[in-house]
Amino acid sequence: MNFEFSDEQNLLREQARGFLNANCDTKVVRAILDGDASYDTALWTKVVEMGWTATVIPEEYDGLGLSYLELSVIAEELGRALAPIPFSSSVYLATEAIIAAGSKQQKEAWLPKLAAGKIIGCLAVAEGSGRASAKSLTMREKAGALRGSKVPVADGDVADIAVVIAASATGDGASAYLVELDQASVSREVVPTIDPSRSHAKIGFDSASAELLGKEGEGWALLEKLYNRAAVLFAWEQVGGSDTALNMAKDYAMGRFAFGRPIATYQAIKHKLANMYVKTTLARGNCYYGAWALSSDAAELPIAAAAARVSAIQAYYFAAKENIQTHGGMGFTWEFDCQFPYRRSKLLSVNIGSEGVWQEKLISAIEKDRAA
Amino acid sequence: MDFNDTPEEATFRQEVRSWLEANVPASSELEGLDYIGTAKLWQKRKYDAGWACIRWPKEHGGRNATAIENVIFGQEESKFDTPDNIFGIGHGMCGPTMMAWATDEQNKEYMPSLASGEKIWCQLFSEPAGGSDLAALRTRAEKDGDEWVINGQKIWTSGAHYSDYGVLVLRTDPTAPKHQGLTYFFIDMKSPGIEIKPIKQISGGANFNEVYFTDVRVSDAQRLGAVGQGWQVALTTLMNERASIGGGGGGVNFDSVFKLAQKVMIDDEPAIRDKTVRSKLADWYVQESGLKFTGYRSMTALSKGEIPGPENSIGKLVGAPKQQDMASFALDLLDASGAIWDKELSEEAGMFQATYMGSPGLRIAGGTDEIMANIIAERVLGLPQDIRVDKGIPFNEVPTSNS
Repeated sequence: MNFEFSDEQNLLREQARGFLNANCDTKVVRAILDGDASYDTALWTKVVEMGWTATVIPEEYDGLGLSYLELSVIAEELGRALAPIPFSSSVYLATEAIIAAGSKQQKEAWLPKLAAGKIIGCLAVAEGSGRASAKSLTMREKAGALRGSKVPVADGDVADIAVVIAASATGDGASAYLVELDQASVSREVVPTIDPSRSHAKIGFDSASAELLGKEGEGWALLEKLYNRAAVLFAWEQVGGSDTALNMAKDYAMGRFAFGRPIATYQAIKHKLANMYVKTTLARGNCYYGAWALSSDAAELPIAAAAARVSAIQAYYFAAKENIQTHGGMGFTWEFDCQFPYRRSKLLSVNIGSEGVWQEKLISAIEKDRAA
Repeated sequence: MDFNDTPEEATFRQEVRSWLEANVPASSELEGLDYIGTAKLWQKRKYDAGWACIRWPKEHGGRNATAIENVIFGQEESKFDTPDNIFGIGHGMCGPTMMAWATDEQNKEYMPSLASGEKIWCQLFSEPAGGSDLAALRTRAEKDGDEWVINGQKIWTSGAHYSDYGVLVLRTDPTAPKHQGLTYFFIDMKSPGIEIKPIKQISGGANFNEVYFTDVRVSDAQRLGAVGQGWQVALTTLMNERASIGGGGGGVNFDSVFKLAQKVMIDDEPAIRDKTVRSKLADWYVQESGLKFTGYRSMTALSKGEIPGPENSIGKLVGAPKQQDMASFALDLLDASGAIWDKELSEEAGMFQATYMGSPGLRIAGGTDEIMANIIAERVLGLPQDIRVDKGIPFNEVPTSNS
């Protein structure tokens, strides 16, 4: 049994944590939240210099060719730091889509640029409220062009390319398309969200030229595959964030006195923090399994990813809301940092399918596994 | 990251498996024996072949095995249908405490028969006025020559009725502050003046007992640690209580409720088609898998010869309430027939009902949910202790329910 990260991976974690402590404290998050910038470009540049965007891209496309265990380590630390950069969109989703379904030509065209951070990618699926399905998509390809709009698209305002899931030109299936976003036929506007430290956009396509990514009609299957992989990495970010919320609550409870003693001595507070720890630890256990399944291309990935995702959603939401509660009124002020994990926890939980979606995926995957 | 044994571990696992395959008693061998008899037969067989208490030193009946080998043995043994283990407290708590605090001569005398199952040990800690607040125990021991005379009452003593020896903490100085007036002993459970009364539980079973002491005499030579050092010795026992890894596989779990949901119908469809049922099952699955993989992390630490991290402390706090909630949910799935608790009429021979009625005890025994949460908060997260109004004052001046 060796169910731990290797020494090298733990070293990477230390480096990542040290780097983010120095370059991404909560002031950095706050600056993006308060300001007009969509993301912290200086931090992004440094993250790119560290090679993080190139982590799992194969060496033949100028990547580092490392495993998803390394990427999991980075994800946890980015989540811990609440990093205000378009990493998840570009790395876990757009890059993954091209690795999974791109032609050799498409890989050669885009992967080296994504690895080098010369471009940012995003994934466009949603078309407004509710849960999209292959049949609900109204955006349809016609003669190599897309018309319609996608909203919200995480990092859509700053991305250079989008992987767009739209109805296929023929039939009732969906296909994936690669769209360069600097076309005149593409319009973009930032949409306000519950977490302005991570920007989102509405993207309008007015006969924007698009090329097929993968086979016609296989877009939804690709999306499901992408989500299963990204779920593990999102879950690691969520576990990192849960830790941050727990630590914020702990530090505050130790220093805050009420009725003549630290509030950390009260069982009402202790049990709250213990529950944060329990939920985060369970989620972390599931994330370990998810990381193993992702890195070893295991058949168990659908179960492992869904379990990681469900428990990480639950842990982060719980830790984030109870962190505010532990802080009392101060936690509700703009001045305090409690808002960051609270915002981010919900953002991450709706980004690639919410709790109910993943609960359903989990039970479906278990049914399939047991029936086999 | 992988799930494989090291080559040494794989060899060891194979050795264990081969031995178990050849030696686990067939049901015909156990005919006519009660649960104590079957447990003793199996333990003796393990002992004779060197597979009892394998982490213990050889001279005490073990085989100097490593922590990971102990886990591997447990994993392999659990795959077989073996007699119920009634030695858990003796092997898991009393033995380690003895080996840490008793003399070499005493350990040579008492440990082998404990390892072999010939003698059964119990632990007499809790009292009517000392449960979660264990150190508030009041059973007195007064020195009389080179003996101590014990008067008082213990409670919740598992297996006292079939135990040969027990370990116990007693108040030897009521004028000292709570934790400082305690002393630790081991005692022959057949000593004159010990009276054992079973406690009937809401689940119908009677595994626990009240144990009354009336002028019971114990030799000073059976004291573990110094007079007044009992709390420190007790911590050795309690740490061992909470050190076990994994487990929790039996009873109501995801698999059993999942299968039940495939079988029973809601509105003419299998319950598993119901969205609410699926959502709840998903929540329990992630708790169970979260615990399982947290256990794997601890095993990895053991495999490397390291001490597992604090993450292992969450098991009971997660597992016990989960059993209760899942059992309750299973009864709901059964609808009106969920009320029936009968070996023939109930699903799974009444396991869901038995767990429903037994799980409240799981949330209390060995540290209540609330105490477990305190432990995580204080020992894992490092939060300060609650203010204690009994701190530093003589025990006999501490307010009680009666004062």
